Amino acid sequence: MALISRVPVRPNFEILGKRRMTLAFSAGLFLVSVLLAAVVGLNLGVDFRGGILMEVETEAETADIGNFRSTLNDLDLGEVTIQRFGEPNRLLINIQEQEGGAKAQQAAIETVKQTLDDRVSSYRRTEFVGPKVGEELKRAGMMATGLALLAMAAYIWLRFEWQFALAGLIALIHDVVATIGFFSLTQLEFTLGSVAAVLTIAGYSINDTVVIFDRVRESMRRYKRKAMPELLNIAVNGTLMRTALTSATTLIALFALAIFGGAVIRSFTWALIFGVALGTYSSVGLAVPLLMYFGVKPTQLLAEQESDKQAAERATGGAS
Amino acid sequence: MLQIPRWQSVLIGLVVLAGLLFAAPNLLSEKAAQSLPDWLPKKQINLGLDLQGGSYLLLEVQTDAVIEDQLNTLVEDTRIKLRENGIGYRNLGIGDDGNAVTFTLRDPAQGDKAERVLGEIGQEVRVSVDGSGAGRLGLTASARDQRINQALQQSIEIVRRRIDETGVREPTIQRQGDRRIVVQLPGINNPERMKDILGKTARLTFRLVDEGVSPGSRDIPPGSEVLPSDDTGENGRPVRRYVVRKRIMVSGENLTDAQPTFQQGSPVVSFSFDTVGARRFGQATQENVGRPFAIVLDGKVISAPVIREPILGGNGVITGNFTTQEARDLALLLRAGALPAPLKILEERTVGPGLGADSVRAGELASILALIAVVAFMGAVYGLFGVLANVALIGNLILILAALSVLQATLTLPGIAGIVLTLGMAVDANVLIFERIREETQNQRGPVSAIDSGYRNALSTIFDANVTTLIAAVLLYYFGSGPVKGFAVTLAIGIVTSMFTAIMVTRQMIVLWVRRRRPQSLPLMAGE
Repeated sequence: MALISRVPVRPNFEILGKRRMTLAFSAGLFLVSVLLAAVVGLNLGVDFRGGILMEVETEAETADIGNFRSTLNDLDLGEVTIQRFGEPNRLLINIQEQEGGAKAQQAAIETVKQTLDDRVSSYRRTEFVGPKVGEELKRAGMMATGLALLAMAAYIWLRFEWQFALAGLIALIHDVVATIGFFSLTQLEFTLGSVAAVLTIAGYSINDTVVIFDRVRESMRRYKRKAMPELLNIAVNGTLMRTALTSATTLIALFALAIFGGAVIRSFTWALIFGVALGTYSSVGLAVPLLMYFGVKPTQLLAEQESDKQAAERATGGAS
Repeated sequence: MLQIPRWQSVLIGLVVLAGLLFAAPNLLSEKAAQSLPDWLPKKQINLGLDLQGGSYLLLEVQTDAVIEDQLNTLVEDTRIKLRENGIGYRNLGIGDDGNAVTFTLRDPAQGDKAERVLGEIGQEVRVSVDGSGAGRLGLTASARDQRINQALQQSIEIVRRRIDETGVREPTIQRQGDRRIVVQLPGINNPERMKDILGKTARLTFRLVDEGVSPGSRDIPPGSEVLPSDDTGENGRPVRRYVVRKRIMVSGENLTDAQPTFQQGSPVVSFSFDTVGARRFGQATQENVGRPFAIVLDGKVISAPVIREPILGGNGVITGNFTTQEARDLALLLRAGALPAPLKILEERTVGPGLGADSVRAGELASILALIAVVAFMGAVYGLFGVLANVALIGNLILILAALSVLQATLTLPGIAGIVLTLGMAVDANVLIFERIREETQNQRGPVSAIDSGYRNALSTIFDANVTTLIAAVLLYYFGSGPVKGFAVTLAIGIVTSMFTAIMVTRQMIVLWVRRRRPQSLPLMAGE
C-alpha cells in the first residue's frame, strides 16, 4: 500500500523554537560565503574571464597532463591550465586572453592545434570569448540575477504583505550568496551555465517559500488568537510533507542528471543539487522565522481580510 | 469542482492528443519524419549547436572604419567646395577625435561664406566655423547611425552570400544589437576556413604601379602609397613592397563573376567585368601597355603583372602564389563582394560532432533514469494517486516535446537539464494537491468533498509558486545567450505544461475514478 499512510499526516516539530539556531546558522553561512568569495574568489570560466577553452580527446588512452602542460608552456601563451575532463583521455585546456586583439586569439588557437596535432585525435569543443564580450556577459548575468530577485520580491509583495516580500528577498539573497560561496569553495568553474543555476535555485527557493507563506497566511486567518510562533509552526508543519516530497523528487531527478548527464553540465547540476537543498532549508529555517521579527500579526491581516475577500470573490466571479 | 463540464473534458483530451501527435515525429529518424504525409505534423525538435555540433561566431562590424571612409569622402568634398568658391584654407583633414573633418581658413572673415557653401554638401553634414577661422564639418547623429545601420545590413548580406557560396547547410545569420552579427554554422567543426573567409574585407582594386620611386624612398608622392605584398616569407613578413598609385583604375564592385581555374598548371582566378568595368579597364590597359599594374586586395598586393596588350574584352585572370584552396576562396570572396567594413570575431564556440552526440546520449539517459526514479518514488509514496500523478508527468514530458517541436525552439544541453529539472518539479503541484486532500480527509470530510476542497485550496498556492519560477525563466531568456536561452525556454514551457497536466489532467482522471468506484475512503488514507 501507499508508503504515505505510514507517515504522520500532521508532523509537529518545534521548528520555530529552534529559530535562534537556524538564524545563526544562516548568518554564519552567509558570512563564510562572503569571505570565501572575497578571499578565494570564483573560478571564472572562459565566458567571463575571456580567453580560450579547448576540450580535446587524446590519441593516448590516458592523457599525460604533464607532457601537454610542458608543450603548451613552451608556446609562450601566458597562463595555461590543463585538467582531466570526464574520461582519462579527455583534457580541458584553458588559455588566458592573448594580447593583441582578436587576431592574436585566432592565431593562438591555430598554433595550439598545429602543435598538438599528432597527440590529439579530436577537438571536442573550442571556445573563444573576447574580453569585451566577457565583461558584457558578466554584466548581463548580474543584471538578470538582481532583476529576478527584485521581480520575485515584488510579486510576493503584490500577493502578500511587505513583510513577506522582505523575508523572501532576504532568503533569496542568502541562497544566491551561499551558492556563490559554494562555487568559491569547490572551485567549480563559474560559467554562463552557473548563472542559470543560480537563477534556477532562486526560482526553486522562492517557489518553496511561497508555498509556506501561503499556508502562514491561511493559518493566520484561521487561528486569530494564537501567538505568532505557534502559528508559524502550524504552517511549517502543515507544508512539511510537501516540502520534503518535492525536494526529494527534484533531487532524485538532479542526481540522475549529475551521474549520467555527462561532464559538460556536471558542475551545473552539482550547483543545482546544493541549491535545491539550500533553498528548501532557507524557506523553513530563514524566511519563516524572519516573518516573526518583521512583526507580522494575525490582527494586521484581519483588517485587510474583508477587502481581500471581496477581491477574491470578484476574481472568482469573473472567472466562472 | 468535481463537476467538470463536458467541453472542458473534451478540451483536455484534445490537448493531450495534439501533444502526442506533435511529439511523435521526434521518435522517427529525420528522413522518416520528412516522408510523413502532409496532413501529419512532421516538425522535429531543433537541436542547438552544442548538441548537433557546429560553430557559433559573434562578429562585430568595425564601424569606425565606416565612419572614417565617409569622412575621407567629406575631406574631398570640402576641398572641392572651398576651391570652387575661392576660399583659402590649410590643415584640411580628419580631426584628432576621428569624428569630423577639420580645417583652418586663411581669412577668418570668410567664415560665413564657408559655412554656407559647405552646407551645400548635403543635409547629413553639420558645419561650424569659429571666429579664428577654425572649421569643423561632421556627420549629424542620424546620418552617422544611418551609415552604421547600412553598413551592418550590407555586412549581413555579404556574410550570407559568402557562407552560401561555401555550401554550409542551414546556416543562421542574425543581427544582434546595432553592430553585431551572430553566425551559426551547423556541422562545421573546424571553422578556421570560415573565419578566414569572413575575416577578409575583400576590397579588390586594380591600380598602376608607380615606377618612379623605390619603396624605400622617403619622397613617396602624395598620389601614391607603399603597400606590402600578400605573399609572406618564412618569417611571416611580406616578401616585398610596392609603390602603388592611389588612383583606382577599376575596383571589385565592377566584377560580375570570378572563378578558380588553372593557367599553365598553377591555380589562378579568372574574372569578368561588367560593361562599365570593362570599358575602364580596357582604357587603362590601352594607355599603359608595357607598364605593371597592381592587383590589391585589402591593402596587400597579390601580384603586379606587366600589361602586355590592352585587355578589351572585360575578362582577365589574377595570378599569384595561390594554392588551389586559396584560389577557390579568393574567387568566392570576389563573387560575394566586399564588406563595407572589416569584421572582428568577438566570440567563437565550436562543438565537435563527438561531443554533441555524447551530450544527446547522456541527456537522454539522464532524462529516462530521472523519469523512472521519480515515477517509482511517486508510486511508492502515493499508491494509486501516485500512478495518476505519474501519468500526468509523462503527459507533461510529451507536451514539452510537442511544444518544442511546434515552436521550433532550440533544444540545448542546458535545455535537457531544464527538462530533467522540470520532471522533478512537475510533481510538486500534485504533491500539493494530494497533501491538501489528505488534510481535508483528516478534517472528517468525505472523499468527494476532500478532493474538491483539496483542489480548490491548493490552486492559488500552485499558481503563486509557479509564477515566481516563471519570472526567473523569463529573465534568464532575456539576458541569457545561446545554450542558457535554451534552458530558459524548456524551463518556462515545462512550468506551463506541468500546471496543465498536474491540475487538469490528474483531476480529470481522479474524477473518472471517483465516479466509477464511488470510494468510501481514499487510497491516500489507506493506512488509517
